[in-house]
Amino acid sequence: MTRLLFKGARVIDPSQEIDEKLDVLVEGERISKLEENISSVEAERVIDVSGLILTPGFIDLHSHLRDPGQEWKEDIETGTHAAVAGGFTSVCCMANTDPVNDNPTVTRYIIEKAEKVGLCDVFPIGAITKGLKGEELAEIGLMVKAGIVAISDDGETPKDSKVLRNAMDYARSLGIPVFTHSEDKTLSAGGHMNEGPLSSLLGIPGMPPEAEDIGTMRDILVAKLTGAHIHVCHVSSKGALQIIEAAKREGVRVTCEITPHHFTLTEEAVKEFNTNAKMCPPLRTGDHVEACRNALKTGVADAIATDHAPHTEDEKLVEFCQAPFGIIGFQTALSLSLNLVREGYLTLNQMVEKLSTNPAKIIGKSDIGTLKPGARANITVFDPEEEFTLTEDLIKSKSRNTPFLNWKLKGMVKFTLHNGRIVYKTV
Amino acid sequence: MEHLLSAEDITVETFNEIYETAQKVKGALREGRKKFSVLRGKCVVNLFFEPSTRTRSSFEKAGKFLSADVINISTSTSSVKKGESLVDTLKNLDMMHPDVIVLRHPCEGAPHTARPFVKAAIVNAGDGRHQHPTQALLDAVTLKEHFGSPEGKRITIVGDIANSRVARSDAILLRKLGAEVFAYGPSTMMPRYPEAMGIKVLKSFEEVIEVSDAVILLRIQLERQNAKKTFPSVREYAELFGLNRNRLKQLKPETVILHPGPFNRGVELTNDVVVSERTLIFGQVETGLAVRMVVLSLLCERLEKLKEEVQ
Repeated sequence: MTRLLFKGARVIDPSQEIDEKLDVLVEGERISKLEENISSVEAERVIDVSGLILTPGFIDLHSHLRDPGQEWKEDIETGTHAAVAGGFTSVCCMANTDPVNDNPTVTRYIIEKAEKVGLCDVFPIGAITKGLKGEELAEIGLMVKAGIVAISDDGETPKDSKVLRNAMDYARSLGIPVFTHSEDKTLSAGGHMNEGPLSSLLGIPGMPPEAEDIGTMRDILVAKLTGAHIHVCHVSSKGALQIIEAAKREGVRVTCEITPHHFTLTEEAVKEFNTNAKMCPPLRTGDHVEACRNALKTGVADAIATDHAPHTEDEKLVEFCQAPFGIIGFQTALSLSLNLVREGYLTLNQMVEKLSTNPAKIIGKSDIGTLKPGARANITVFDPEEEFTLTEDLIKSKSRNTPFLNWKLKGMVKFTLHNGRIVYKTV
Repeated sequence: MEHLLSAEDITVETFNEIYETAQKVKGALREGRKKFSVLRGKCVVNLFFEPSTRTRSSFEKAGKFLSADVINISTSTSSVKKGESLVDTLKNLDMMHPDVIVLRHPCEGAPHTARPFVKAAIVNAGDGRHQHPTQALLDAVTLKEHFGSPEGKRITIVGDIANSRVARSDAILLRKLGAEVFAYGPSTMMPRYPEAMGIKVLKSFEEVIEVSDAVILLRIQLERQNAKKTFPSVREYAELFGLNRNRLKQLKPETVILHPGPFNRGVELTNDVVVSERTLIFGQVETGLAVRMVVLSLLCERLEKLKEEVQ
């Protein structure tokens, strides 16, 4: 069994309320010890990580790996490579593949391929309904046996509230959360950007924040009715956050995530018709961005998730209204989250909670998101101060659709360990 | 000016120069002169991804009167969807060395998307609901001809403001020239943030009558899919928002009427308006031609030559 010793890092593990300078010993696939000054003789290999921060590996609750079916955009190998380059040791992938992940065969295909690639955990999210059509329930129980961690119809949350109710009842009995893209699509129909001052100026049909608010309210009420755990994806509106806050206060089992782009950029990013700033929900105005940051601060928002959504240059180099929604996000999440720490919205501890501790709880995994001895050795080591420019060459994803291209970013992943194995390093 | 993509691209100085030159061009046209050598050896491509008669023929005539080689390409986006992308179409056309590409496209920002890939100057002849800067120019020239200057004038645009590139372009340019811009129409057709467009929304036709020195009527785009969802019936629209004989009489004596055309008789206006002396609608067409001749010359860096020839 290989024994790896990480010496001298500031270790942050909110699951044990640890934030101090400690050495970490990894034996085989597991974490074996966290102590001050572990003797080097105990290890086969000693890695000096002084001056760096060592945390449980990041867990992304929301990504699109496009495999099977859209491998020209991304596949499990390139996607997980990008993930570990961003410090993620686990990623949940949405069901909108082709064929849709609405049956255990697709679920197993994803898990087995990810295991073969061996870079990080891939936890598939199963579809709620067959073919994401919003009509008949998918084989949720069989998919749970095959390894899904949640169900979601991604952008196509069932419009039919009865279907959603049945799905939530079912999910509750199986002990998995329902991930919702909460949006009243009849109100946002035809929209390509936020409905705000900029859409009035540009004439691009808008998607009002209220469409998200209405969707969030409906989905939460159905969750309350069923007692299911609802996890609201990529919340971007002030109103939705208020609704979630109120529901939490009332005791509804609701959690939610916010993406780095929604807490970083405003709708101004699409001003020059930049299709790499087009996603759904859209970038909104400053007051919504501020609400997102504050929600992370106060705990209304539980997690930071990327909604990594690769599309090729060919697909994005079109008229704004014809471009697909979505941007990649694995390799920018850490540095953008660190901006919130630098700006005083989050402590480093809170940031690690949002990127690792809480996501693990949301998908019910106790052996990740923690550095407890015995836990799987999924670890991220990063330098919060190291600057880099996000050039195309650095991007490990097959697609390069990001509004942060050529941005100067601060916060670099130095090592990513998955099951005790160094799967990525920049030293 | 390298390209003309938005009314934002037009400075007051440029506008004044376009205005002065357009007056001379109109003088020449009225003398029956229809051929100038200004753009000899230049090539203008009209690339229209959306049906258009007025704007396309206006640009075509403008080019031909100036002796440019004019190529018209009309295509529907659906055929392009099957194959070539907008950027590739533009890149291919650009390799044929046109000097100006006049582009109309149903998507907002299409000319902005194309711009980095072509050497030719691009004139935006309408991109979705976004901009139609030569329409703004001709409207502003029309108003300046009539009032001496749009400065301090109150101009009300009536109709489907939210979906109108004419309203967006007019609002920007007219405000730059010192006018105040108002809007009126069914509330379903008003933008959510009128202040972002630089307009104030009026509450009733009475207010339109009270404040306006000029009224720009917009065509109700009945062919738009959502048109039927934004107002109940043509009859109701005409009754509530149309300019008819009765309202025409109530307008201030000096108030004039514009319309970018083509108009729907009996909907946004009645024949009384069409034949009224206050109507500048038909003059707009002539002004549009003159303005486009000036714009093409400007983008080909032949403005001085145009000025000489139309003396």
